[in-house]
This record gives sequence, structure tokens and C-alpha cells, in this order.
Amino acid sequence: MIKLKHIYKSYSLGDEQVDVLHNINLHVKPKEFISILGPSGSGKSTLMNIIGCLDIPDSGDYILDGEYVDSCTENELSEIRGKKIGFIFQQFNLLPELTAYENVEMPLLYHKLSPSERRERVERTLTQVGLIDRMKHKPTQLSGGQQQRVAIARVLAAEPSIILADEPTGNLDSSSGAEIMEIVKDLHKAGNTIVLITHDKNVADQAQRKVYVHDGILTESEART
Amino acid sequence: MTLKIIRLSLRTIYNNKMRSFLTMLGIIIGVMAVVILISITQNATSGITDSIASMGSDQITASITGEDVSVSRDSIETLNSYGVIDKTAPVITTNETVKHNSETGSYSIVGVTNDYFDVQDIAIQSGRLIADSDIEWITNVAVIGTETATDLFGTWDAVGGTITIGKRNYKVIGVLEEQGSSLVGSDDSKILIPYTTAERITGQKSVSTFYIKASSSSSVNVAINTVESFLLQITRDEDSFTVSNQSDVLDTMDDVNNTMSLLLAGIAAISLLVGGIGIMNIMLVSVTERTREIGIRKAVGAKRQHIMLQFLCESCILSVLGGLIGLILSAAFVSVYNTAAGSSATINWSIGMAAIAFCAVIGVLFGSYPAAKASRLQPIDALHTS
Repeated sequence: MIKLKHIYKSYSLGDEQVDVLHNINLHVKPKEFISILGPSGSGKSTLMNIIGCLDIPDSGDYILDGEYVDSCTENELSEIRGKKIGFIFQQFNLLPELTAYENVEMPLLYHKLSPSERRERVERTLTQVGLIDRMKHKPTQLSGGQQQRVAIARVLAAEPSIILADEPTGNLDSSSGAEIMEIVKDLHKAGNTIVLITHDKNVADQAQRKVYVHDGILTESEART
Repeated sequence: MTLKIIRLSLRTIYNNKMRSFLTMLGIIIGVMAVVILISITQNATSGITDSIASMGSDQITASITGEDVSVSRDSIETLNSYGVIDKTAPVITTNETVKHNSETGSYSIVGVTNDYFDVQDIAIQSGRLIADSDIEWITNVAVIGTETATDLFGTWDAVGGTITIGKRNYKVIGVLEEQGSSLVGSDDSKILIPYTTAERITGQKSVSTFYIKASSSSSVNVAINTVESFLLQITRDEDSFTVSNQSDVLDTMDDVNNTMSLLLAGIAAISLLVGGIGIMNIMLVSVTERTREIGIRKAVGAKRQHIMLQFLCESCILSVLGGLIGLILSAAFVSVYNTAAGSSATINWSIGMAAIAFCAVIGVLFGSYPAAKASRLQPIDALHTS
């Protein structure tokens, strides 16, 4: 499903070259639930950007569903994101002026779908996250947990191959966080591939498999600090 | 998809009502300027051109302005022998004080021959015209316009009455049909007397102005040439006379009209351009403000062209909406103007539509830079702005 081979990524800060990712090799199998654990500044966000096709590596191969992503143009990346990747962000990233319904519908507008199919998908996924009765509400009228559930509905409506969750519980209180994690686990049980990025060990523990990022290096076991 | 984008744009514009209105103001004022000005000036000029056109295109006016030249009435009548010329009518114009009972006024007195009525296409309402015998006997008779009749006689029948022109009494023999106003002044407020009588009053011996009626509209140009060569033969000086036709005047009017329209269109284009710059300015601010939104949209699969279309659509709607508001306000203004000024100006809708179309072009033109800027934002950078 996801194959990362010898991925390198660095940023230039002024004259200085900062290596963020160093020879990352990662293989995620279909229907796997993996968590990437690492402290802030470890490079896990950059790794997520690369897995999420928001950014491309300096060198190395990224093969997603058999397709080489590292040489894609900007528009091709957009297309891959739209078709294959669903993001669950820490900040929810809902559009404030749209209702819950419209937020879920928004990515579908960039797909070639009939209006009736769009409506069916939006209503089905909003029901799935238990917010069908709140579909006319705007994000500011919803609690944090509800906003994250709308964001999850938005992911599901697009029917991605991989769900990429970046600190999904980071902005939530513990009970809403637990609720979201239950939904994520349900999604895994329903057959979705999930990559969870977090610095929280308790959250990461709920995945099938854990990998660690530390100073741009990925290991299968916890780094000794 | 497109419909959704339009609805989204409308909502964004609605959510920022005040800002959108201020942004549109430039366009609104630009459209109002062009539509109102063109509608009102066209109304004014169409009245003038209509009255010129109504005088007929087979009419030619000749004026002899040279000081040392003398053209007699008899010599002019020889023009009638040309096939392309139907009739000629010399006139003498002067101003005199006219009295009837207690009513007094200064009127334009025109000495005419019997052919004048044919050449000018004027008919009589009551009484009779000035006849050849009146010219021969230098009679003191007058044919008056309807306005003159009302002024001097009120509701009384003017025919058979006596008016005093200068120091002599004249018998009113006829009243003309109503003509309506025209560029050169109406015959309604004139007093027509026999040509020879007018010669006696003014002491003028040479013909200074005469009208010619061509045998048909198609022979007007030949008739003009004939009159010109005739006058050149008499005066031997081509600068001492002018021969003109109504169509010349109409052409001149058209030229003036076109220049004016061009000028107005120029002003409108400039103000719309300024409005467009205002739109570009606000769109650039909007792109910066909505960096995060752009990032989210791109993250979930929006391509460059989707973002581009969204912002272009917004600037276009802003601009066209401004144009429509401007058009509606123009219509309101023109109707208020009509009530206040008692005129009958109508909105020139084709100019209005052209203005709206121009607004759409402005919207695309000035929206494309901000839209391109928005579409080039990288999702990774855009997502990290809060």
C-alpha cells in the first residue's frame, strides 16, 4: 500500500541545510493501522506531509498503491490526495463559513460525482459519525469533538484508500478524544488503512503497530533517550 | 460544480457585505456615469436630429455672405429652369416690433414669395397664402404662425385682423399650421410678409438667403452643384457664398454625437478601470486572508484550476453585480431627472448591457492576478497559517 524507500528531505534555513528526514524506509500494508510516534521537531510532520502527498521528498521513492508519487506535478498530487488520501487534522480544518453538510460535501465537488451521489455520500457519512441532525450547523456552533467528527465524515465521503490522522485528539479533551479514537478504531475494523501520527504514547498504543521517528530517523522500536 | 462555485462566491460576497459594497462602488459609479450621461445626452440630441430630419432632405439653403456682390431676385428665378431644381424661394429676415391692440412684441419678420410655402413644405391652417399678386403690388398683408396668432389675438380669429409692424398696418390673411420647434427656430412664432414688402421695409436690394427645393432627394447633390456653379458665375468668388443641405447638418450633428459618445465611453472606461483596480486590491487581500481555506481545499484534492475558478468567479460576480446595481440606480436617477427636469430621457439599455459586459471583462481581467496567486499557494504552506 505505502512504500517509502530511502526517503531524504531537507530544508534550507538561510544558508544552512537542515536534514529533516534521513533515509526513511517504511512499508504499510493494506488495512493496517500504524502509528508514527515522535516528539515535536522529530520530523514526523514532514513525514506526514510526504505520506499525504502534500510535499515530495528530495530523494528516495514513494510508491502509493503501486504509483510513484515522488515525480508527480502539483496537479497530479492534488488528484492523488483527492482520490486516495483522507486527512484528519489536529485543527479539524473545517471551513468556518460552510455548514457541516457543505464541509463534508466540499471535497466531493472536486470529484466527478452526480449531485444525487454526492448527497447520498454526505448523508451516509454524517449518519455514520452521528451528526446527521447537525448538518445545518456551522463549525462554530459545534463542539471540538463534533467538529472532528465532521472532519472524519468529510474524509469518509471521499472514500480514500488511506486515512492520515495527524494528532487527531490533540485539540480535544480526554473524553472527546477517546470518542474520536473509538471512531478511528471502528474505521480500521471496517477495513480502512490508517496512519496515525502522534506524540502521545497512549494514543499510539491503540494502533496495531508502532514506529518511532527521532531526529529524522525512523525505527521500529522506541529510541532510548 | 460551477453552480456550487457561483453560490459559494455569492455567499462570500454576502458575508462581507460592507467590504463587497465598497469594492463594488467604483464599478457602480462608473456604470452610472456612462449610462446616465449617455441616456440624457442622447435624449437631447435625438430631439434636435429629428427636427432637422423632418425638414426634408431635398431642401437646400444658399447664403450669400460676400459684401460686394449683388444677386437679384430675378436672376435666382432663372435657376428654376434647371431640371434638378424644383423651386427657389428667396427670403429677407428682419426683426420688428409688432402690435395688435394692447399686445406688443418683437417678432421675426420674413419676406417670402409664394414658392416659400412649397419649398419649406408649410401649409395654411386658415385664410390664404401670400400670392404672386401680393408680391407684384407690394401689399401690406401678413401670414402668421400659430404662436404669433395666440400671442397677439388670444382666442380670437386672427384672419382678417390688423397688426402693426413698425409703423404700418398689415392685414392678417392667413394662419400657418403648427410646425413644432426646430433647430433654426419655428415658423410658429414668425410673421411672413410679401418679399417685395420686406424689401421696402429693409431697403435690401440683393438676395442674401434663399431656399431651393431639389426635384427629388436623389438629385440633391446635383442641385447643390448647379446652385454653386450658378452663384460662382454671378459672384466670381467662391468664398462669398455657402450652399448647404440638411444632410450636411445631420452629418455634422452625427459627428458631434459620435465624438461626445466616444468621450463619455472614454470616461466610463477609465472609471471602470479604476473600479477594477479596487476589485483586484480587495481580491488580493481576500487571498491572503483565505490562505488557510485554500490550503484545506487543496489538501482534499482541489487542483490549481479549481482555486483559480473560485476566485475568478468571485471577482466577476463582484464586478457584474456592481454593474447591475449601477444600472438599476441609473434607471432610478433618470426617472427622477425626468420628473425634475420635465424631460423624457430613457435609459439606453444597449449601452447598459455593453457596460455590464465590460464589467465582466474587468472582473476577469483584474481577478486573474489574485486568482493565479491563490492557485499557486502550496497546500503545505497554506495549512500552516492560522
